[in-house]
Amino acid sequence: MTGAPRDPWARLGTWTPARIALGRAGASLPTHEVLSFALAHARARDAVHACLDLAALASDLKLLGLTSVEASSMARDRVTYLRRPDLGRQLDHASQDRLTVHRGDGCDLVVLIGDGLSATAVAANAVPLMSALLPLLRKLELKLGAVVIAQNARVALGDAVGVSLGARLVAVLIGERPGLSAADSLSVYLTYAPRAGRTDAERNCISNIRADGLTPEAAAINLSWLISAAMEMKLTGVILKDRSVAVRATSEHLAGQGK
Amino acid sequence: MAYSQSVGNTRYSFPTLKSLLAKASPPRAGDRLAGVAAATAEENVAAKLALADVPLSGILAEPLIPYEDDAVTRLIIDSHDARAFEQISSMTVGEFREFLLSHDTDAKVLTGLAQAITPEMAAAVCKLMRNQDLILAARKCHVTTAFRNTIGLPGTMAVRLQPNHPTDDVAGIVASIADGLMYGCGDAVIGINPATDQPARIEELLRLLDNFIQRYATPTQGCVLCHVSTTLDLMAAGIPVDLVFQSIGGTEATNRSFGSTLDMLREASDAAQSLKRGTIGQNVMYFETGQGSALSADAHFGIDQQTCEARAYAVARAFDPLLVNSVVGFIGPEYLYDGKEILRAALEDHFCGKLMGLPMGIDVCYTNHAEADQDDMDVVLAALAASGVTYIMGVPGADDVMLGYQSTSFHDAMFVREAFGLGRAPEFEKWLAEMRITDPSGRLLPPAGGHRLIEDAIPVGAP
Repeated sequence: MTGAPRDPWARLGTWTPARIALGRAGASLPTHEVLSFALAHARARDAVHACLDLAALASDLKLLGLTSVEASSMARDRVTYLRRPDLGRQLDHASQDRLTVHRGDGCDLVVLIGDGLSATAVAANAVPLMSALLPLLRKLELKLGAVVIAQNARVALGDAVGVSLGARLVAVLIGERPGLSAADSLSVYLTYAPRAGRTDAERNCISNIRADGLTPEAAAINLSWLISAAMEMKLTGVILKDRSVAVRATSEHLAGQGK
Repeated sequence: MAYSQSVGNTRYSFPTLKSLLAKASPPRAGDRLAGVAAATAEENVAAKLALADVPLSGILAEPLIPYEDDAVTRLIIDSHDARAFEQISSMTVGEFREFLLSHDTDAKVLTGLAQAITPEMAAAVCKLMRNQDLILAARKCHVTTAFRNTIGLPGTMAVRLQPNHPTDDVAGIVASIADGLMYGCGDAVIGINPATDQPARIEELLRLLDNFIQRYATPTQGCVLCHVSTTLDLMAAGIPVDLVFQSIGGTEATNRSFGSTLDMLREASDAAQSLKRGTIGQNVMYFETGQGSALSADAHFGIDQQTCEARAYAVARAFDPLLVNSVVGFIGPEYLYDGKEILRAALEDHFCGKLMGLPMGIDVCYTNHAEADQDDMDVVLAALAASGVTYIMGVPGADDVMLGYQSTSFHDAMFVREAFGLGRAPEFEKWLAEMRITDPSGRLLPPAGGHRLIEDAIPVGAP
């Protein structure tokens, strides 16, 4: 179909990803714009409700030479997960028992890969990130614990996992809340001395990891710098400023800012 | 004090006013998450029945947080207009609902009562009202404010132009401002959410807005929605600030979690007033609120989220703001789960704000993990337009590319104007016609190339 034209100032779109100069049908949007928005929202919704394929993830990690352990939060399903963030931060009892078996003498770093709000992001970016990270970790000569993969996970589930495995540092790879422009963004949250009650201000975050954002390769450089600095300074959080060249790492929220 | 209600053979007890209010609240995710919601649907209605018989004077006599422990509680009690309250002091909450809906209770009566109505009274009566009651009562409240234009006149609805950009790129922000103005939006404020709180970047954006507004003599105001402490420093350094922004909440501890206090807000309000940048009015504050912020900050004291929200309006009204809006669906499904809960909260927040005398707007919005979509927002928007909402947001294509959520668009504003026959702030309406953006009836002229706003928005040196 041809439909209503865009506004004559469509060229201004060169300078912003915002949906400008959309055109109009009377007071309303052109059909094409209604449907294009609907498609973006549909993708975001599918990403939120997608189920993380734990078996596929485990087998991909195995190809990298990594042993993985499955875990679940106390949130039994997606609806509970969305309504009860507190349950998504706690390990269920079976998972706790399973992790205890792998504890041994503890380790320097544990990686938790959790679905968060976008299993799509994890499926697309977690393995490429781990693949790029492993050679960098070898240089740091860290004792790496088992990789934990978890469904219905919130960031703070990493604290429980870190405690169960006796880790000095936990890195949580987790799917971000999907936006309309990208439904496959992954974040990493790094926490030194994980324990229950850690706040976001005590973590470092690298966000927008995806092919068209911060690439998994660049994120790996960034993350290994943060891991090394955290081990040296024995902390993470707002005090640990990312000075690696790759890209910025930010703490999630600026208190009191709009929205 | 303890309250109780018998329903059939069951006797329900509510140990405090706080628990009675919480259990009488229409169901929502945040109250369940906090563990304060009614356990059953029947208990919810039993609480409403008990609440209907509570006298307003009883609500005044039982602070939800002790006076000594909370600055917001002290503000509520110390600023209460006891004289105006005499007119309604003998009413129960149930009678108060009927009073608000009575044909004899008009805008003048409600304006005279605003300072006599505490947040807890507003919240209590709100819980007994159906959505249609909230619409009818709110549309009777008239609240007008002014800075460079007049906001809130009957028959008008303003729009905040929200030209956010993921990296605060100036050319990108200007492109969205030009687009929004060409769609007739921006009379409430041109308000940018910055991607960072770095003072140097905020200053750059403030100068951008100041230059833009001066260049076209646009009768509107600019705002960069950074932390109040940042704005205070910038004002001290002589940077042009029209409006001071701050997110606020309904308890002292919530505000502390935002890094702000009533004293800071007072200082900032005084500083902005002294700049005398408003041409026709001196309302200089812009506040955002939203149900769930107190719970999110673990600062709710067991108070339900709608009552906490109404308490934030007591903070807002102490500073005679130009604009206040609840960001109703932004916080996520753990507080407001779906379109139904967002609709209810939007009508509640608008009603309570208006009843308490605020120029209340609503950011009609949702995130992608909430059970909501554009159809839900259309219903919320239409219900708010029927309620006489003071302003809404205008985001290009409803998609905020910096904050990652969906709000209302320039097109949505046109929909409201068409469907409800609502105009803009009159000074802004006149300017749009002079700029040949609208025709004399206020409707957009057909889009034409070569408009000055568009030509000027193309960065210098661009091919």
